[in-house]
Amino acid sequence: MSVRQSLLAILDQGPCYGYQLRAEFDRRTGSTWPLNVGQIYNTLERLERDGLVERGDADDQGHVYWAITDAGSAEVAGWLSSPVERATGTRDELAIKLAVAATLPGIDVGAVIQTQRRASLAQLQELQRTKYAGAKPDSPEELAWTLVIDSMIFAAEAEVRWLDHTEQRLAQHPQHALELELSTDRPKRGRPSRIPVVHAASGSADA
Amino acid sequence: MTAPVLQLIGVSQQYGQGATSVSALSGVDLTVSSGELVAVMGASGSGKSTLLAIAGGLQTPTSGEVIVEDTYLSSASPREVAALRRRSLGFVFQDYNLIPTLTALENVTLPLELDGISGRAAKRAAKDALAAVGLDTKGSSYPDDLSGGQQQRVAIARAIVGGRRLILADEPTGALDSVTGEAVLRVLRERVDGGAAGILVTHEPRHAAWADRIVFLRDGRIVDQTRRDDAADLLVAP
Repeated sequence: MSVRQSLLAILDQGPCYGYQLRAEFDRRTGSTWPLNVGQIYNTLERLERDGLVERGDADDQGHVYWAITDAGSAEVAGWLSSPVERATGTRDELAIKLAVAATLPGIDVGAVIQTQRRASLAQLQELQRTKYAGAKPDSPEELAWTLVIDSMIFAAEAEVRWLDHTEQRLAQHPQHALELELSTDRPKRGRPSRIPVVHAASGSADA
Repeated sequence: MTAPVLQLIGVSQQYGQGATSVSALSGVDLTVSSGELVAVMGASGSGKSTLLAIAGGLQTPTSGEVIVEDTYLSSASPREVAALRRRSLGFVFQDYNLIPTLTALENVTLPLELDGISGRAAKRAAKDALAAVGLDTKGSSYPDDLSGGQQQRVAIARAIVGGRRLILADEPTGALDSVTGEAVLRVLRERVDGGAAGILVTHEPRHAAWADRIVFLRDGRIVDQTRRDDAADLLVAP
C-alpha cells in the first residue's frame, strides 16, 4: 500500500513525530489524499511490528520521534526501484456496463456513451480548472500537487478516449449484428450429466 | 452573461448539389460570449474546420446567419467582412503561420498596419499583446529563433492584438509536446479570461477541458454539449 511505503520513504529522510509525518505527506501530495492522525499512528505501529521503524523516547514537548531501521531503508529502496503493480482482473463497472448494453436489443448504446462522456468531460474540466486556479508550479509543493492532479487528468482523458473509440467501433457494426436475444440454449455447465450424454449419443449416431 | 461576440444561427454548409451533395454542417446554432472559451470536438470530417472557417468569415455558409459582434456577415460586403477579419478576430493555427522574415514584434504588428493603424500606435499595441503572452523580451526574435511554444504564443498575440475579441484556434497544440501545449492553452485561457471570446478546435479531451463548454459535432450537427454547471456537481472528492 502506497501510504505505508510513502511514510516510510519520508522517514528515510530523518526521524519524525506523528503530526509532522502527516504534514510531510500532505505537502508532498498536495493534500489530495488527506490522512488522519489515527491512520498515521496505526501505520507506524504496523511498521514497528514489522521491524521497519523504531519508536524513540518523547522529547520535552512530548513528541515521540519515529526512526527508520536498516530493514526499513532497504524496503524504501526496493519500493522506489520497482514498478507499481496494478491489480488485474478487477471488474471495471463502466466496461461491463457498455459491453452488456451493446448486446441488448433496443438499447441506444450511443446515448449511454454520450451520457458517460459528458460526465467524464465535466470531471476533466473541473480538474483542469482546479489546476489552472492553482499558482504556477514554481514551488516543490505546488509541483507535487499538480503532478497528482495531472495523473487524474490523464486518467479521465483516457476514459474519454476509450469512449470515443468504443463509439466508433460500434458505429462500424450494423446494430443487429451485435444484439443478442436471450438464448434459448440451455447453458452447458452445471446441468445434469444425463442431458449431454443423450446429445452426444444422438450426435454420433447422425455422423 | 456578457454580450455575445459570435453567433451562429441555423448555419448549414453543403458542398455540391442534388443527389451527390454533401452536408458539412446542418443547422448549427452556437453562441460564444466575451470571457468564454468553447471547445469543438468531433471525429475527422465532422465539420469542425468548416465551422471555424464560417465563424471567421473565410467561408460563406449555404444558409443561416453569422453575427460577429454587431455585424451580420450575410449582409456585409466582402470589403466589410475583410475589415472585420482584420479588426475583430484572429486565427491561431496548428503550424503557427508566422512570417519567417519578420520579427515576432513585426508579425504581431502586421495586422494592425494592414488595417491602416499608424506605425507607432501599432507597435505599442503589438508590444502589449506580446507582453500579455509573456514574450515581452522576444519582440526582436525571428520565428526560427523561437521554440514551437513561443511561436504559438506569438500567434496568439497576433490574434488578440489591438481590439480583437474573437480568437479562433484550430488545433493550436497539435505540433507541441504536452507540457508546452499546456502552457499555450494557459495563455489562451488567460486571454479569454481577460475578455476575449474563443473557439478551440481540438481532438484532445484534455485540452478541450480548458474550455467553459465543449461542443460535439457529428456529421455536421451539434449532437451534444457540456454546460458550465455540469462540472461542479460531478467532481468526486478524492
